[in-house]
Amino acid sequence: MTETPASAERRREGMTTPPSGFVPRWQREYSALAVLFALLLFLAITRPAFFSADNLRDILVNNSYVMIAGVGATIVILAAGIDISIGSMLAACAVTAGDLAHRGTPLWLVILATLAMGAFLGLVNGGFVAWLNVPPIIVTLGTLSIYRGAVIWYTQGVWIQGLPASFLFLGQGTVWGVPVPVWVAAGTVLAGVLFLQKTRCGRHIYAIGGNPLAAELAGIRVNRIRLLTYVISGMSVGLSALVYASRFSQIQSNTGIGFELLVITAVVVGGTNIFGGVGSIWGTVCGVLLLGAVDPALAYRHISSYWEGAIQGCFILFGISGDALRTRKR
Amino acid sequence: MAFPATLCVPESDDTVKTEAIQRIRATRRLRWSAFARELLLLALLAVLCAIFARLSPQFLDSDNLREIARHFSEVGLMALPQTYVILTSGIDLSVGSLLGLSSVALGLSFEHLKWPFWEAAGAALGVGALGGAVNGLAIAWWGMPALVVTLATLAIYRGLAVGISSGRSITDFPDSSSWLGQGTIGPFPTQFLLLVAAVILAGAALYKSPFGRYIYAIGGNETASRLGGVPVDRTRFLVYLLSGVASGLAAVVYVSRLGTARPDAGSGIELDVISAVVLGGTDVAGGDGGIIGTVLGLLILSVLRNGLDLINFPQERQPVVIGALLITAIAIDRAVRRRRA
Repeated sequence: MTETPASAERRREGMTTPPSGFVPRWQREYSALAVLFALLLFLAITRPAFFSADNLRDILVNNSYVMIAGVGATIVILAAGIDISIGSMLAACAVTAGDLAHRGTPLWLVILATLAMGAFLGLVNGGFVAWLNVPPIIVTLGTLSIYRGAVIWYTQGVWIQGLPASFLFLGQGTVWGVPVPVWVAAGTVLAGVLFLQKTRCGRHIYAIGGNPLAAELAGIRVNRIRLLTYVISGMSVGLSALVYASRFSQIQSNTGIGFELLVITAVVVGGTNIFGGVGSIWGTVCGVLLLGAVDPALAYRHISSYWEGAIQGCFILFGISGDALRTRKR
Repeated sequence: MAFPATLCVPESDDTVKTEAIQRIRATRRLRWSAFARELLLLALLAVLCAIFARLSPQFLDSDNLREIARHFSEVGLMALPQTYVILTSGIDLSVGSLLGLSSVALGLSFEHLKWPFWEAAGAALGVGALGGAVNGLAIAWWGMPALVVTLATLAIYRGLAVGISSGRSITDFPDSSSWLGQGTIGPFPTQFLLLVAAVILAGAALYKSPFGRYIYAIGGNETASRLGGVPVDRTRFLVYLLSGVASGLAAVVYVSRLGTARPDAGSGIELDVISAVVLGGTDVAGGDGGIIGTVLGLLILSVLRNGLDLINFPQERQPVVIGALLITAIAIDRAVRRRRA
C-alpha cells in the first residue's frame, strides 16, 4: 500500500506535492479543455448558429445543476471514495424542496431544509463508509435503491405541481442579466476551488486520496475527512436539486435516474483520477461543459439523440485512456 | 496440479488474505468451519422462507416456486461470472446494458436478416461475447480501472441498443421461441435447469480448476500472483469475457420469456446482480467469497422479492428493504472480520 496509481503517476510526472495554486500548475485538465475547444471549433466552422447567445446561455443553464453536483462528486472522488447515490439524493432533495415550497414555506427555509436534507443523506453514506468501514461502492449502491424507494414511498409516484413563483425564481430568474442557476454554479465552483486549494482540510483530501495509510500516519484524521466529503457531496446535491426543481413547475419521483452517471463521467473526463488524489474542480468544469455541449451539438448536426448515451460513454473511455497509458505497468 | 507459489505461502501479515487462503484450502478438504458465512446465509434463507410461508399460504405453492425460479434465472446467469469478476477485485457494471444490446441484436437479426430464432440467439451470444471482450481488453490489457470502463460501457452499450433499434421493441417471435423462457422440463422451468448447469460448471471451474485458483490469487495479491507466474492478464480478460457471454445468454432467456426484444431490457439489473454476489459474502476488495455464496445471495434476494410481492408490499418500495439488507449484511460482515483480525 505504499504506492497507489495516483502517487505513482505523480512520481513519474516529477511531482512531489499536488497542485496548490489557485489555478493548478499541473495541466492534466487541459485534455478535456482541448477536446472541448476542438468540438467548439468544429461547430464554429460547420454550424455557426451553435454560437448564438441564446444557445450558449441554454447550455450553461441546462448544465448548471450538473456542475453544482459535480463539485461535490469531485471532492468525494479526490478522497478515493465514490458516490453513486447522487441521482437518488437529487430526487429526495428535489421532492423535499418542492413539497415545502408547495405548502407555502418561506424561500429561505426551503433552501435551508433542502441543504439539511442533502447533508443528512450524505451523512448516512459517509457514516457507513467512515465508521462501519463498508466499501463506498456498496454503501452508495445500497442507498441508491433506498433513497429512490423512499422518495416513491413518500410521493406515491405523484408529481408535485403548482410551485409558487418565489421558488421558481431560483431556477428561472435572472440577476444582472445572468440566470440565477449560473450564479449558483459559479459560486459553488469558486467555493469548491478555494476549499480544496486554500484550506488545510482541502489539502488533507488530496493527501488521503494519494495514500490513505500515509495520511493516517501523518496525523490526518482520515475517517473524519472521508465522512466530511460525503456530507459535502450531499449538500452540493441539495443545492443542485434546488436549481433543478425550480426550473420546471413540477417534480417527478423518477427525477435524476442516471444522474450519477452524468456527474461521474464529467468528473472523470475532467481529468480527476478515479482512485483519488489527483485532479481538480476546474477539470470538472471543463468536463461538464464538454458533455453539455455534446447534446446540442448532436442536434445541430442532425444526429438522433438516441446516440447520446453511446457518445458520452466514448468520452469517458477517451478521458481515462490517457491516464491508463501513463500509469500502465511497464 | 501445480499451484502458484503465492497460495502455498500463508506468511502474510494481512489476516483477511490469510483467511482467504485457509478458505481455499478448506474447499479442497471440505472443512465445515471455514463455511461459517455460508451456513449463516443458509440460516437466513430458511428464516425468510419460514416467515413468508407463514404470512402467505401461496408461498410454498409449486406454481409460485416455479415463478421465483423463472425470475431469478437471468440474474443468476449473470451473477456467476460477476462473482469471478468481483473475486479478481474488479466490477462489471455493464451487464444490464449488454443484456439490452444482445436482445436488440437477437431481435434485429431475426426481423431484418430473417434468421431463425435460435440462430438469432447465437447472434445475441456473439454480441455478448464481443461486449465482454471489449471490457476485458480495456481492463486487462490497457490497464484501465474496471469501475470507469464498465461505467462507460454501461452508457455505450445502452446507447448502441437504443440507437440501433431507434428505441423500438421487436415482437412477433414464433411460438417455438418460448421454450427456453416459458417451457418446462418435468416439473422444472427450462431456464432453471440451464442455471443449475451453469452453477455446477461455474462452481467446478472456481473450486477445482487452475483457472479458479488464479482468480483467487489475483484478488488476493495481484503483484505477487504476477511474480508467482499466474497469467494475470489472460485470467482477467477471461472473466470479463465470461461476464459478457452470460449477459448474452441472459438476453436470450429474457426475450424467450417475455416474447419481446426491447432496447431497455435489463436496465438497472446490474444492481440485482451485484447485490446477489455481495450479499453472498464475496468481498468487493477481491480474493474472498465464491459461487456457493452467490447462489445463496441470489436465493435470499429472490425469496425476499417474491415474499414481499405476496404480502402485497408495493414493488416500488422493495428497493428500500433490499438496499438496507445489503448494507447491513456487509457492515456486519466487516465488523466480524475486523474483530477476528
